[in-house]
Amino acid sequence: MLDLARQPLVRVDGLKMHFPIYSGVFRSHTGDVKAVDGVSFDIAQGETLGLVGESGCGKSTVGRALLRLYEPTAGRVIIDGEDVAHLSAEKLRQKRPTMQMVFQDPQASLNPRMTLAGIIGEPLDEHTRLSRAEKTARIYELMDQVGLNRRFANRYPHEFSGGQRQRIGIARALALNPKFIVCDEPIAALDVSIQAQVVNLLEDLQDRLGLTYLFISHDLSMVRHLADRVAVMYLGRIAELSPAKDLYARPLHPYAEALLSAVNEPDPVIAARRKRIILKGDVPSPANPPTGCNFCTRCPQVFELCRQVKPELSEVEPGRFVACHLYDNNKAARSTGGPEATERNQQGAST
Amino acid sequence: MLTYVLRRLLIAIPTLLLISLVIFFLVDLAPGSPASEIPLTVDAATRAKILESLGVNAPLHERYFLWLKQFFWIEPQYAIDHLFGTDLAQGAQRIISYSSRSPVFSIIAERLPQTLTVIGTAYAVAILIALPIGIYSAYRQYSWVDQLGTFVSMVGYSVPTFFTGVVLIVIFAVKLQWFPSIYDTTLKITDWGSLWAQVHQMILPVAVLGLYNAAEISRYTRSSMLENLGQDYVRTARAKGMGERVVVLKHVARNSMIPVVTIIALGLPGVFGGAIVTEQVFKINGIGAALIGAIHANDLPMVQTITFITAILIVTFNLIADILYGILDPRIRYD
Repeated sequence: MLDLARQPLVRVDGLKMHFPIYSGVFRSHTGDVKAVDGVSFDIAQGETLGLVGESGCGKSTVGRALLRLYEPTAGRVIIDGEDVAHLSAEKLRQKRPTMQMVFQDPQASLNPRMTLAGIIGEPLDEHTRLSRAEKTARIYELMDQVGLNRRFANRYPHEFSGGQRQRIGIARALALNPKFIVCDEPIAALDVSIQAQVVNLLEDLQDRLGLTYLFISHDLSMVRHLADRVAVMYLGRIAELSPAKDLYARPLHPYAEALLSAVNEPDPVIAARRKRIILKGDVPSPANPPTGCNFCTRCPQVFELCRQVKPELSEVEPGRFVACHLYDNNKAARSTGGPEATERNQQGAST
Repeated sequence: MLTYVLRRLLIAIPTLLLISLVIFFLVDLAPGSPASEIPLTVDAATRAKILESLGVNAPLHERYFLWLKQFFWIEPQYAIDHLFGTDLAQGAQRIISYSSRSPVFSIIAERLPQTLTVIGTAYAVAILIALPIGIYSAYRQYSWVDQLGTFVSMVGYSVPTFFTGVVLIVIFAVKLQWFPSIYDTTLKITDWGSLWAQVHQMILPVAVLGLYNAAEISRYTRSSMLENLGQDYVRTARAKGMGERVVVLKHVARNSMIPVVTIIALGLPGVFGGAIVTEQVFKINGIGAALIGAIHANDLPMVQTITFITAILIVTFNLIADILYGILDPRIRYD
């Protein structure tokens, strides 16, 4: 039983999503926007993985490529035993019920010409053979689950408030009993008061239905509240992947440290003592990332190696993965055993 | 919705009265008079008698109100009499054409079938061609189908019908001799042979007008589809695991049809008004030809009446387009 729970439901391996750039008179292929450039992680059954990072770092692209709403350039995405990235179109369509998405903009992501019942019921038409009555019963059940009044079934999306629309989006995602849901900034477009409601609903549903989430957000405090583990992304790559508690207590990657220093602290005493790390410069263009570490242009602790070699994501402490040359020592210590580390220590001692 | 329609209809009354005023006075005050159509050999006394009988000596405003009364009161009575065999009109004076001396509405009734068959078919063909092309070009943007569609649309839209018409006549009627260059209005459809002859003679004018209308409609369809294809709800539909067919035809196309339906509805008065130029090119004896003929002959009642009917149709179809908009798009509420 315990073993089954640890089995990852989602395994992402070297996912790349490059968008071609066409320019010039003949619209020739002149380059790629490397929105996601080699991302690997896995999510256990029933777990919530938070995915954070600043705007444009490729969070949403990861989410969409994962469900193959984009065609990934390279990499494997194994969800519930099947490689979604390489399924045929028809197989993929049949796979869709297992994996669903809650979208960022609840207004735009609902077809304005369909009623609520139509929106929630459409996947049932496509993927199940329920009778009319069963379908209506299921639609009502879903509406109950997300706390929407049954009277609203024949209304159109524009007649609802933002929070209600997001509930519709969640009900729609739940319609086919998915195992895995990508929540792509589901609360970003909502008022703070409504955000808590939606987040609580998501947590509640996870407890009841045993769902697995990839929770994409730039709201760090919400992710802290919701996620078991958190991946910090920067410019298309994962900088750090750690259990939420550890990450927020002691971020390892310099970027994670800077990012987390921006989280609001409710306690004024701690807030006054806290040091804000302000990064200088802009994020490099994902069409032309630096040769070495993607973060080397802004990193406060940059050294020569960073500008030449891209660090790989590796486990530096139990359960904590970091892509940073600062931790090369730990990595070596863990991967090759003691000798190398001791050798360096000896060198350090001799000088 | 009902209140909205009623309000719009009420607003339409002063609008139409104003239009009728402008049309009547503009046509009447324009240079050229019925008197100039009477040959100079006719002596002055007879000339005066003719003018008297045409009723042109009455003051302008009197003639306007008489025309208005005939248009809105007497002619509908004749129409009802004609349909149900009643006798409401009791021989009241109708709007009479100066040149043919027969009632204007009878002439319109005679000409209308020609216009509706040819121009109506052309419009229907245009819609049937334009929608699939527009939908497919948007779905496969920048594909060769799209490029070709864009090119043909640009040609169809920018080259005037009197040019395409003549080019088609030169190629298909003169050189290849596949189709007749002149439309035979007297052709009666009695059997398969004459039906074929009718279809045969319709092909060229329908092609010319169809190309022109299809160009416009397909461009609107394409841009509307493109706008909707980029919307988030399309991604939602794909994420639901709907097939591409359902995604494109049910989700995207239905939402994209809202502006297209409006364009189509607004184009319909043109079907009645006839394509003046195309009717001339192919010698189709339709409404457009009647209007041109009337203008040449200084047949004022004919010009005024046809123009005003067109104006009424435009106002009506504007209203219809707005109502359709409200039906198709649940976000729009009229109240």
